[in-house]
Amino acid sequence: MSAPPVDDLTRRDFLRVLGAGLLVTVVGCEASAQRGGGSREPAPIASRILLGEDGTVTVLTGKVELGQGARAEIMQATAEELRVPVERVRVIMADTDLVPNDGVTAGSRTTPGTVPAVRRGAAAARDVLIALAAGRLGVGAESLTVAEGAVLHPPTDRRVSFAELAALGSSSEALNAAIPEDVTLTPVAEWKTLGVSVPRPNARDLVTGAHRYASDLTLPGMLYGRVLRPPAYGARLTALDTAAAEALEGVIVVREGDFVGCAAPTLLQATRAVELLAKAASWETSPQPSNAELWEHLRAHAEAGEGEDNGVPTALAAANRTLAAEYHTAYLQHAPMEPGAALAEWKDDRLTVWLGSRDPFGTRGQLAEAFGLPAERVRVIIPDTGGGFGMKSGDFVGVEAARLAKAAGRPIRLQWTREEEFTWAYYRPAALIEVQAGLDANGSLVAWDFLNINAGGAAIGTPYAIPHARTQSRRSDSPLRGGSYRALAANANNFARECFMDELAEAAGADPLIFRLAHLQEARLRTVLETAVERFGWAERQASEGTGFGLACGTEKASYVATCAEITVDRERGTYRVERLCEVFECGAILNPDNLLSQVYGCIIMALGAVLREEMLFEDGRILNPRFSRYEVPRFADVPALDVHLLNRTDIDPAGGGETPMIAVAPAIANAVFDAIGVRIRDLPIELPQS
Amino acid sequence: MAEEVRLTVNGTRRTVLSDPQRSLLDVLREDVGLTGTKYGCGEGACGACTVLVDGKPVRSCMTPISEVAGQRVLTIEGLARGDRLHPVQEAFAEDGVLQCGYCGPGMILATVALLRANPRPTDAEIIEALNGHLCRCCAYPTILAAVRKAAARR
Repeated sequence: MSAPPVDDLTRRDFLRVLGAGLLVTVVGCEASAQRGGGSREPAPIASRILLGEDGTVTVLTGKVELGQGARAEIMQATAEELRVPVERVRVIMADTDLVPNDGVTAGSRTTPGTVPAVRRGAAAARDVLIALAAGRLGVGAESLTVAEGAVLHPPTDRRVSFAELAALGSSSEALNAAIPEDVTLTPVAEWKTLGVSVPRPNARDLVTGAHRYASDLTLPGMLYGRVLRPPAYGARLTALDTAAAEALEGVIVVREGDFVGCAAPTLLQATRAVELLAKAASWETSPQPSNAELWEHLRAHAEAGEGEDNGVPTALAAANRTLAAEYHTAYLQHAPMEPGAALAEWKDDRLTVWLGSRDPFGTRGQLAEAFGLPAERVRVIIPDTGGGFGMKSGDFVGVEAARLAKAAGRPIRLQWTREEEFTWAYYRPAALIEVQAGLDANGSLVAWDFLNINAGGAAIGTPYAIPHARTQSRRSDSPLRGGSYRALAANANNFARECFMDELAEAAGADPLIFRLAHLQEARLRTVLETAVERFGWAERQASEGTGFGLACGTEKASYVATCAEITVDRERGTYRVERLCEVFECGAILNPDNLLSQVYGCIIMALGAVLREEMLFEDGRILNPRFSRYEVPRFADVPALDVHLLNRTDIDPAGGGETPMIAVAPAIANAVFDAIGVRIRDLPIELPQS
Repeated sequence: MAEEVRLTVNGTRRTVLSDPQRSLLDVLREDVGLTGTKYGCGEGACGACTVLVDGKPVRSCMTPISEVAGQRVLTIEGLARGDRLHPVQEAFAEDGVLQCGYCGPGMILATVALLRANPRPTDAEIIEALNGHLCRCCAYPTILAAVRKAAARR
């Protein structure tokens, strides 16, 4: 017995499955699905919302569910605007043959970008249904309301269900109309489905093992793939004898230039084959930078640039007192629980790849380019995926699986090992940050000069009011491949900025909270900070031997966060423990409180990993700790007492909440370490000095 | 060379023909078609591949199939009784405990084993029992609450 095969619906089958009486035509849908997201043409309602004859609603989105809760949000958004119970909404995600292109799932864009797009589509569908019902009942549209999946005419107590409207011949054409620009969305104050917690739609499948991740899918005749990896970065294959591997039963070896892989009937057989290939391969290596010289390397190879002057050099020269410091944060792995995996099949001149990725249409383009195919001959399907956090090596694993499948003439499932993922995917870039600031005679900040080398410019601008400020982000020659990561460089930039603010407060002889508030005009940031210190009991904190308190705040992507930390230090052992964190977060109107709370917990604990232990170590082009036993992410025992408070600003459009809650954790803890032992922390992960 | 291995999986007796060195994880996923058990690290450091063997949590990625001959293996697929979820599954399904869910099967089976041995665990005991299980969504606070809830309902 083998696992059930993948759900291989074509769009045509799919529409048939949804039932006759669909309000859309196949042609209309294919056109919209192929147009992609780059187009400025108004999209037809039917590219977003489908209505079944049984009254069920199907919403289509190119977003990906990675555990962040996009599926529930989109379901809620649809239910809200169409006034149906959430259980009646089916969400189809990330299948390039079926859904519109909503872009890559990244940058906290689902909430502010895709949710409004879905709401507009659903609201437009609602207006169409009202118009159809008005015709059917012979009444004016303004006398009609929508509730519980039906259009109601209160004066005469008549109703027409969505199912009845779906069966009307005229409905198909009506729903192929473009989504009007000025469609009216439901105001926050009237929300019934948005703004409340709804359970994760597929929770039952997750707890029964029924959900199939890309790494679980099978096809008849499928083989398991493995890829031969170089022994080090920059290594080039000079010779390879494939005979021993090919002699193994059932093994197919694929060699195309530098790409070498194999396929076999079991994963163990494929692994044995790739181990034989590794033994029979000769490589030419080249010198590669190592951890020990990382900061010198990044500094020496930073791109040139001055940045705008903004009067900063003059203001620094004139300042009563100047301070300078340098901060470092290590390379990190995202380490989603499901490593990159793909199933690839070539059939009838088409390539279909099921995989973990954040970017269905981008991956389709990459596959089309890799194999010289027009995009419509490639289909990418992304089942709800086992975590991402800015990475799914899927983008590479898909091409590799497809290459193996093409050469082997069989469907191939390829799952990267943890070690492959930790070595050959990409990393949160290490950051080297140089910062300098000037205080006037009153202890006010008058100049700020901030340079990030290698990590990027997210949240690099200071939220504090400083007359002369300059921030620069410069690339460098990164020894490890950098890529996106949850909250990106906002982590490093806010760590350096908020630690340095504490150093400046001390220089100014001020309490860190009072010093911040004196320079902070942004009302939303002030509010989260003031709320956090009150909940934490900042003013009442009691200094005692071995205990430290710290705080930090920050803003990124239209959301605001403040964190307070309490730690204890064992000076003899040189260890510390984060005892308590209090965090207040605000991202406008909250769409799903339970899900947002989960996201904030997740951000805080993930951020804790970068503080406690996480650091990719490398030497001569080799990763030294490419496994969980040596790259230690947070575990249950690391979790401190958490007090998380979400501020709900129903007067402000929702922003995403899955990233920014990370960014104040590390500086709050680093500042608490200083409070405890009087030593400034300028490196992540934090290592205490030996006493 | 392939050998016959007899074992019981989720109450059903099975004979698998397998290289004896293949892992229990691979045999469950590839031969038996039970993909609820997950690969996470291959070194027993993450707990994603946890199944119960004769009631005890075992890292199936590190367990050669030959070692479980004659034993009873319980995977996540065998936990519910028909449509009725096990109380631990129920607690994990409520309140959006899991995010991506990939750690869930291992986490749930480890909890089932814990609560059988210790029906009223303290928080410290729960943390000790589950500390070998990673959740990269870092849903630890909600998972801890779910375990408490499942224990309270027994």
